[in-house]
Amino acid sequence: MQTTDLIGKPADAAPSYPAVLAPGLTDPEYKTPAGVIGPNGKSAVKRYNVYRNNVTVSLIDALAAVFPATQRITGVEFFRAMARFYVRAIPPRSPLLFEYGREFPEFIERYEYARPMPYLADTARIERAWLDAYHAADELALAAQNLALIPPKSIADVVFVAHSATRIVRSQFPALSIFVANRGEGPVECIETFIPEDTLVTRPDQQVIVRRLPPGGAEFLTQLLMGQSFGDAAARALETSPDFDLERNVAGMIEAGVFASFRAGGPP
Amino acid sequence: MNAVTRIGNVTPKVRLRFPPFSVTGLAGTSFKHEHLQVIVGQGKHDGFFEVHAENYMGAGGPPHRALEKIRTDHPVSIHGVCMSIGGQEPLDAAHLERFRALVARYEPALVSEHLAWSTHESTYFNDLLPLPYTKATLVRVADHIDQVQDTIGRSILLENPSTYMAFSESTMSETDFLRVLVRRSGCGLLLDVNNVFVSATNQGYSAVDYLAEFPMSHVGEIHLAGHAEQTDDEGDPLLIDSHDRKVADLVWALFESVAARCGPVPTLVEWDSSIPEWPALRAEAEAAQAILDRHAPDISGSANADH
Repeated sequence: MQTTDLIGKPADAAPSYPAVLAPGLTDPEYKTPAGVIGPNGKSAVKRYNVYRNNVTVSLIDALAAVFPATQRITGVEFFRAMARFYVRAIPPRSPLLFEYGREFPEFIERYEYARPMPYLADTARIERAWLDAYHAADELALAAQNLALIPPKSIADVVFVAHSATRIVRSQFPALSIFVANRGEGPVECIETFIPEDTLVTRPDQQVIVRRLPPGGAEFLTQLLMGQSFGDAAARALETSPDFDLERNVAGMIEAGVFASFRAGGPP
Repeated sequence: MNAVTRIGNVTPKVRLRFPPFSVTGLAGTSFKHEHLQVIVGQGKHDGFFEVHAENYMGAGGPPHRALEKIRTDHPVSIHGVCMSIGGQEPLDAAHLERFRALVARYEPALVSEHLAWSTHESTYFNDLLPLPYTKATLVRVADHIDQVQDTIGRSILLENPSTYMAFSESTMSETDFLRVLVRRSGCGLLLDVNNVFVSATNQGYSAVDYLAEFPMSHVGEIHLAGHAEQTDDEGDPLLIDSHDRKVADLVWALFESVAARCGPVPTLVEWDSSIPEWPALRAEAEAAQAILDRHAPDISGSANADH
């Protein structure tokens, strides 16, 4: 069968120019591909390198745009060197560059030179979550008055539906404080106390909101986001954090717009 | 066509209908979010804005609010950068659908894409990569354009690329390739005059000769932009299509000659990095407008078709 396929190809079938050009675009080990030429017999080494440079530099720039605080923490030179390795290892699979860098936090965790900055990956996770929230679908957040419609005896069974922008990033480090300190242009004050911080990212309207969750809050919201009932989620949060304050957490989740709607729970 | 009718029961935010502004004879600029407040503050002006389609392919959020605002007062051009029309693989169906939805949503005056490829074996390279000009690539590119045009329900303008190298297997000139593409697919052309200058310098031919061969009667939009200069392996100038500075004097001169032949074709000044304050960008568009105005009124009626 293979022979027939080969014979069946039209005589002028183009050789695969993308297959010839592509490998060297993100791999400096490749030489200038055959069949690539300059005018009047000129060399094409620097010419092909223009494309290589465009690809690598523009993708590093794309990562710098997604992770500005991460870059500010490491410094530009460190960040670009790290990003270059990432671009070569995990180039984008989508033409939408605001989706790029999903594996960057894990890559940072494995990146040897970033080991002295163990909080860096979580800071990058908050930045990735921030951009996801920024581009998330426009959706109304659940309002407090709608919550008031639930009869008190059925509240424990209620199941909430997440707003499309909602993200939670849990950290053993003060990742949110580090994110906030480095996201802007202003001077960075030294962060003295290394307290673990859980971060909630939402966008109830057009502005992305980033806030720190109180004790047990991340556990509570994570359970709710997984589809657990209100009662079960609250019980689980209390189990893991004895000082979990249900009232405060519910007020916070409504104000931040964590959910879009709810439905009566109970066995299906 | 744009009469206000009740359309379904979707929320108002996603069924905005926009005014059917004309772009004929107008100069415009790339739309950058950092300019939004100043542009809105100044109110309407006679100009249009071009956006890269992919930047508005997120589900929602501030980018859409910005584009809605701009589109309410001005004509908009949607310029696709990632369709990989010049690639060997089938077009990405999901990306094509996003493109269709964006065009349907914003009702742009102009829709364009590039004679280039950017995706291979599902890796996206984020650059406009070149292709050899052969019978086989011509057939495939024409098929891809057909597919895009069928999907979005309107014709597109295809942009001539800036190139840094060539292929030994090419059998046609770029202008011949574009001429046949236009005939086969019914698409129009986006003539990027800076790309002509960059490619001509890099490939060792005359920009004036290239433009003499260009199928001008199919040009639906013109691009102008700035370029940077490096050197090739022999130490001669190698120009980079950088979009990071003012339009070069020699490119303005070529544009003047094109405007004299084409008449009032909408003309865009692109500026994508090292972006200046809005007045400086708008000043470039006003310089283009002055040239368009100088050539618009009488010449368009008496100009000869180019082929």
